[in-house]
Amino acid sequence: MWKFIVRRLLITLPQIILLSVLVFLMAQMMPGDALTGQVDPNVSPEIKEQIRERLGLNNPWYIQYRDWVAGILQGDLGQSFRFKMDVTELLSQRIANTFWLSLVTLIFTYIIAVPLGITSGRYNDTLLDQGITGYTYLGFATPLFIFALFMVWVFGYQLGWFPTSGSVQPGLTPGTMEYVISKFNHLLLPALSMALIATVSTVQYLRSEIVDTKQKDFIVTARAKGASESRVYNRHILRNSLLPIAAFFGWEITSLISGTIFIEQIFGYPGMGALFLETILLRDYSVVTALVLLFGIASILGALLSDIILSLVDPRIRIK
Amino acid sequence: MGNELLEIKNLTTSFRIGDEYHAAVDDVTLTLNKNEVLGIVGESGSGKSALAFSIMGLHNRAKIEGSIKLKDQELVKLAPSKMNNLRGDDLAMIFQDPLTALNPLMEIGDQIAEALLLHNLDMSSKQRKARVIELLNMVGIPRPEYVYEQFPHELSGGMRQRVVIAIAIANKPELLIADEPTTALDVTIQAQILDLIRKLKEDIHAGIILITHDLGVVAEMADRVAVMYAGQIVEIADVTTLFENPLHPYTKSLLNSVPAEGQDKLHVIQGIVPSLKNLPRKGCRFAARIPWIDESAHEENPVLHEVSQGHFVRCTCHAHFYFPEESKEEQTNGIS
Repeated sequence: MWKFIVRRLLITLPQIILLSVLVFLMAQMMPGDALTGQVDPNVSPEIKEQIRERLGLNNPWYIQYRDWVAGILQGDLGQSFRFKMDVTELLSQRIANTFWLSLVTLIFTYIIAVPLGITSGRYNDTLLDQGITGYTYLGFATPLFIFALFMVWVFGYQLGWFPTSGSVQPGLTPGTMEYVISKFNHLLLPALSMALIATVSTVQYLRSEIVDTKQKDFIVTARAKGASESRVYNRHILRNSLLPIAAFFGWEITSLISGTIFIEQIFGYPGMGALFLETILLRDYSVVTALVLLFGIASILGALLSDIILSLVDPRIRIK
Repeated sequence: MGNELLEIKNLTTSFRIGDEYHAAVDDVTLTLNKNEVLGIVGESGSGKSALAFSIMGLHNRAKIEGSIKLKDQELVKLAPSKMNNLRGDDLAMIFQDPLTALNPLMEIGDQIAEALLLHNLDMSSKQRKARVIELLNMVGIPRPEYVYEQFPHELSGGMRQRVVIAIAIANKPELLIADEPTTALDVTIQAQILDLIRKLKEDIHAGIILITHDLGVVAEMADRVAVMYAGQIVEIADVTTLFENPLHPYTKSLLNSVPAEGQDKLHVIQGIVPSLKNLPRKGCRFAARIPWIDESAHEENPVLHEVSQGHFVRCTCHAHFYFPEESKEEQTNGIS
């Protein structure tokens, strides 16, 4: 098992390196460079060229890439053209916000998906199952941004149960209980909106897995041993059905990233997704590059995580 | 006699196709004595496995009518919790395909221990483990302590079938149903598994129902044989009688389809077993596959006739049956 995890980690490293090369090359192709917006427009081109030379911007791409990677490893993601501050500093607060939003969304996703999927799969083709399947079709058909707007309108404006923007109530000191509660209160509605839509694929997946596993021969063996219906489900069907859900986990993280881009914008939630949209519109390429890199790394780590989870639950993929 | 272990009376198991129920097991009456091996033979689709699953109560959505009595306890319509208590304890089953019959995510030892756990509540986990090791030894698995912690995918087909057998015999069942236990295995392993079942029969003194389409296996293992066709028993007799004096055209055809020395051509039974939906419900069900036999030879509603002590055969057509390869003269002589 440890061998598997180590081997899997070793594969992850070249993936991340390849990602960084691609992101770097794309960043190079974008118009403008580190000087854009930094120097007085009246400075003569000769002087600009001198500054470029000094900053290493005329070096071949691989030297620049090396410098760029060295910078990242020291926590230097460059300067934002528009915000006139370090990208690292700009991101630090937002990463935490998006992390908590994603985590709560994931938890909601599985809290909704597991019981619905199990019920739907166990009692397949009953009225209950048709109800749940109906919900999943609605979820597939509803665009997230429409649903999110609807949620804001109903629970934010009409009922007034939840705040409609920001990540925390202004004026609270970080670290106090009130601050934490306010934070949670702010991310509850966006997380729930995202989870309600994102969960439907997992519900469907789990349902069909259970319907499938139910008919396997080893389930008959379990029944022939005299196992009760609930034991058959809990001990034999459920665990086998959860395997693909674990494999699905990495994909779930990737889809969360695209989800947060919409959700944060609609809920005015200061996270990486909202920043991504904002900086694209402002053509703030250094921030966009940094965000693409971070999103990419998150996806790779998500895939890594789901492989590790899978190796924990499925003995067949452990490497001896 | 008082020696009956299992008494099946007028058992009919029907499955729903569309809006109608179709009987896969049709009016089967059987008895199995203690310590007896009853072979059930027939082609695929003749209802052998459906019969086994009916006895075990493992059908999910089937309508079961008639009576199945295990030691005077009625199994049909028994409450699920009571049936769970019997399953795996008094009656157990060995399955056809060992490659799919084991949970891929559970250690071998735990899968066997589960059968013990469900029926021996007072057994400590230490005792359970000791018993599992003992069972693994009994079914001839080398290094049982090591295999205990292995997963099914680490074992070969033959080894897995031994594990399936160990699960079945864990609680010393009185009735053991083996549903084509060797079909999925290659020939050398088949012989080993059959040897094992024969050896276990001595050890656990169970009544065994052996379902197979391999007549060689039946000849070797069974005391009595029931031949099933299209959901019905067409002939039942003790093993010597059946092989020496087969009567029903189907039994004869089956026996004739086994390669033998000095035979030029192998007999092939025409046609296929009709599907459940298209099963003839009236007249002799085998008639369609022996079209050269005159219709008048068949009974309108074929029943089992006792032709000698313990030898039953369905329909009267057996008296008029001949193989088409035989010469015309012989036929006419035979019939008159």
